[in-house]
Amino acid sequence: MDIVAMEQKKRIHPHKFTLWVGLASIVMMFAGFTSAYIVKRNQVNWVTFELPTMFWYSTVVIIASSITLWLAQKAFVVRQMPRYRSLIVATLVLGVLFIVMQIIGFTQLWANGITLQKNVSFSFLYVIVGLHGLHVIGGIIALLILFAKAFSKKTRSYNLVPVEVMSTYWHFVDFLWIYLLIFLLMIK
Amino acid sequence: MSNTISLQEAAIYQEHDAPHVEHQHHETFITKYVFSQDHKMIAKQFLITGMIWAVIGGLFSVLFRLQLGYPESTFPWLEDLLGHWAKGGKIQPEFYYALVTMHGTILVFFVLTAGLSGTFANFLIPLQIGARDMASPLLNMLSYWFFFLASIIMFSSLFVQTGPASGGWTIYPPLSALGDASSGSKIGMDLWLTSMAMFIVSSLLGGLNYISTILNLRTKGMSMTRMPLTIWALFFTAVLGVLSFPVLLSGAILLLFDRNLGTSFFLSDIVVNGKILPNEGGSAILFQHLFWFLGHPEVYIILLPAMGMSSEIISVNSRKPIFGYMAMVGSLFAIAILAFLVWAHHMFVTGLNPFLGSFFVLLTLLIAVPSAIKVFNWLTTLWRANIRFTPAMLFAIGFVSFFISGGLTGIFLGNSALDIHLHDTYFVVAHFHIVMGVASFFGMFAGVYHWFPKMYGRYLNNTLAFIHFWVTIIGAYLIFWPMHYEGLAGMPRRYYDFSGWESFKMFAGLNQFISVISMIVFAAQIIFIFNFIYSIFKGRRVTTTNPWGANTLEWTTPIRPGHGNWVGEIPEVHRGAYDYGKDGREFIPQTEPVGENESHH
Repeated sequence: MDIVAMEQKKRIHPHKFTLWVGLASIVMMFAGFTSAYIVKRNQVNWVTFELPTMFWYSTVVIIASSITLWLAQKAFVVRQMPRYRSLIVATLVLGVLFIVMQIIGFTQLWANGITLQKNVSFSFLYVIVGLHGLHVIGGIIALLILFAKAFSKKTRSYNLVPVEVMSTYWHFVDFLWIYLLIFLLMIK
Repeated sequence: MSNTISLQEAAIYQEHDAPHVEHQHHETFITKYVFSQDHKMIAKQFLITGMIWAVIGGLFSVLFRLQLGYPESTFPWLEDLLGHWAKGGKIQPEFYYALVTMHGTILVFFVLTAGLSGTFANFLIPLQIGARDMASPLLNMLSYWFFFLASIIMFSSLFVQTGPASGGWTIYPPLSALGDASSGSKIGMDLWLTSMAMFIVSSLLGGLNYISTILNLRTKGMSMTRMPLTIWALFFTAVLGVLSFPVLLSGAILLLFDRNLGTSFFLSDIVVNGKILPNEGGSAILFQHLFWFLGHPEVYIILLPAMGMSSEIISVNSRKPIFGYMAMVGSLFAIAILAFLVWAHHMFVTGLNPFLGSFFVLLTLLIAVPSAIKVFNWLTTLWRANIRFTPAMLFAIGFVSFFISGGLTGIFLGNSALDIHLHDTYFVVAHFHIVMGVASFFGMFAGVYHWFPKMYGRYLNNTLAFIHFWVTIIGAYLIFWPMHYEGLAGMPRRYYDFSGWESFKMFAGLNQFISVISMIVFAAQIIFIFNFIYSIFKGRRVTTTNPWGANTLEWTTPIRPGHGNWVGEIPEVHRGAYDYGKDGREFIPQTEPVGENESHH
C-alpha cells in the first residue's frame, strides 16, 4: 500500500470524527428503543395513539433552526461576525421554542388520555420523544457555549471546528426527530 | 472554503506534531495527578481504581465462597465486620445474593472493562501509534471522572440500609424492577442503574476517543497494517463498546421508568406477596434482549484487549514475529462482527423459538473459527521460539492456556440442546470464569508486568511475580475445573446452600476445597498488589529505554516520558511491529528504515 499517498490526503479533524462516532452510538441507543418498540408492538395489549398536532409545528421549528445554524456557519466562514451572532441567537431561540413545543405536545397528549402509565405504547412514546428532547437540550447547552464565545470581548476565535461540530450535531438531532416522527407515524 | 481547510490542517499540525515538549509548562499537583489530561496519568488512574475494585470484588467472592464451602459453620468475626448482614456469624441469604451480584458487576464492568481497556487503551494507543495524546484529552479526562462518579455511586450502594442490588449482575426484571420483590431491589437497584448509566457515559467517552485517535492521529508511516496487534484489539474493543453500551443504556432507562414512574415495559401479570400489581402488557424477555445485545459484546470487550496484549507480549518474548499478522487482525474483526449476532445464546431456555435458536447456535459455533485461528497463531509463534520466561510472558502463555480450556466448554454451551441441561449450572460458571474472567485477568497481569517499566520507570520484583503467577494459574484451575463436574451433575448456580439437596450433598467436600483454594488465590493477589505499590517507589530502576528489546514505538520515548511523550519530533515508522529474529538481528524497531537487501518475512 502506498503509505505516503495515504498520509497526503489529510484526514478529517479528530474532534469532528469523534463526534461522528458519538452520533453512531446515539443512533444505537435509539435503535435499541425503536427495536424494542417494534418487538412490543407485535405482542398483545398494544394500543395505537394519535400524535398531537403540536409535534407538526415543532418539526417546522427544528427544521428552521437547522437552516439558521447552516446560515450562521456560512456567515462564520466569510467572517461576517454580526450576521453570525444574530443567526446563532435565532437558532438558540428556535431550539428553546422546540423544547417548549414538545412539552406542550406532551400536555396535549396527557389531556387526550394518553398518559405515561396507561399503556406500554404510550410509555414508549414518552420515553422516545423525551430522550430526543434531552439530546436537543444538550445541543442547546452547546449552543449557549458557542453563543458566549461569539459575544466574548476578550478572545476572538476564528476556528471553524467548534462551529462545524455544533452544526453537525444540531442537524443530526433535527434528522433524528424527523426520523422518529415518521417512525411513530408509520408504526403505531 | 479551501483556505479555511488548509488553515485547520495547520492547526492540527501545530497541536500534535510540533516539538513543543521541551518547554514543559508548569504543572501543579492537581493538574498533574488529579485532573490530569495526560493519557498516561489517566491510564494509571484507571488502573489503580480498577485494582481497588478488584480487591473489593475478589473479597466478595471469598465471602460467598465461605458460605458455599462451610454452610453449617458460623464465623462470629463476620458479624463484627458486616453487622446484620451476617447475623450470628452466618452470611444471610439476602446478603449472599448481594455479594454474588456485586462480585459480577464489579469484576465485569469496573475491573475488566474500565480497569483493563481503560488502562491499556489510554496508555498504549498514543504511545504505540506515535501520538502526543488522545484526540480529545478533555473527553479522556471526563471519561475517567465519570468512571470515578460511577464508582462512588456503586460503592455507596454497599452501605445503604436495604443493601446493594442483589438480582444477579444481569438484573433481570421483574425481580429487579419491583422493590417489594426483594430488599436488594429497593434503593440499591436504583443506585446500581444510576451508577451503570454513569459508567456507560464513561465508556462511551473513552471509546470515542480511542477510535478517533487510532484512525486520525497515527504518526507518519504508521499505516493500519503496521499497527501492533494491541492497537487493533483495542480498536475493535472500542467499536464494540460504542455500539453496544448505548443499547444497555436504553434498557437501563426503561427499567428506571418501570421502577420509579409506574410504566410497564418489562412487567405484566405479577403478584407480589399476594397483591396483584396493576402493570400489564410488558415483557420481561424484552429486557433480556436489550441486556444481552450489550452483554455478549461485553465479554469480547473484556477479552479482546487481553488477546491483543498477549499477542504482543508473546511475540516480543518469543523473539519471533507473530505468526499470521493479517490472520490475527482478520480474526479479531470476525470476532467483533460475530459478537453482535450471538446474544440470544444466553436465552435458549427463555422460550425462544427453537428455529431461531438454531441460527444462534450456528453463529455461536462460528466464533470457534476465528478463536481457533488465534490459538493456532499463538502456539505457532511459541513453537521453537527462543522464549524468555519473563513474568509478562508467563501470564500471556497462561492467557492462551485459559482461552483454550475455557473456549472448548463454550462449544458445549453454544448448542441449544445441550444448554437445556447445562444452563444455570456450575458448568456455565466454570466456563465464563475461565474464558472471560481468569483469561482476561491474565492478559491484564501480562500487560501490567510488561508495561510497568514504561509506566513508572521501574521494574516489578520478579520473584514475587513468579510466586504470583504459579499460585494463580494452579489455583484458578483448581477452583474452576471441579465446577465443570458439579455443573454436569446439574448443580445450579446462585444457590445459597446445597446441603439440603440429596443430589448435591456429595459435593460438600469439593465445595470446601474450592473455597479454600479461592482464599489462597486471593492471598496471592495481595502479593501482586504489594509488589505493585512497593515497586512504584522502590523497584529496580529502568536504565535503558528499551528493556525488553521490543520494536514498538513506546520504547523510543524517554524512560519517564512527559506529557507529549516524545522530546522533539515524533519518530517516523518504516515497518511493521513484528520484525524479530530477522536477517540475523534479534529485533528491528519500527523506526528503522527498510534496508536495501532486507529479506521479507
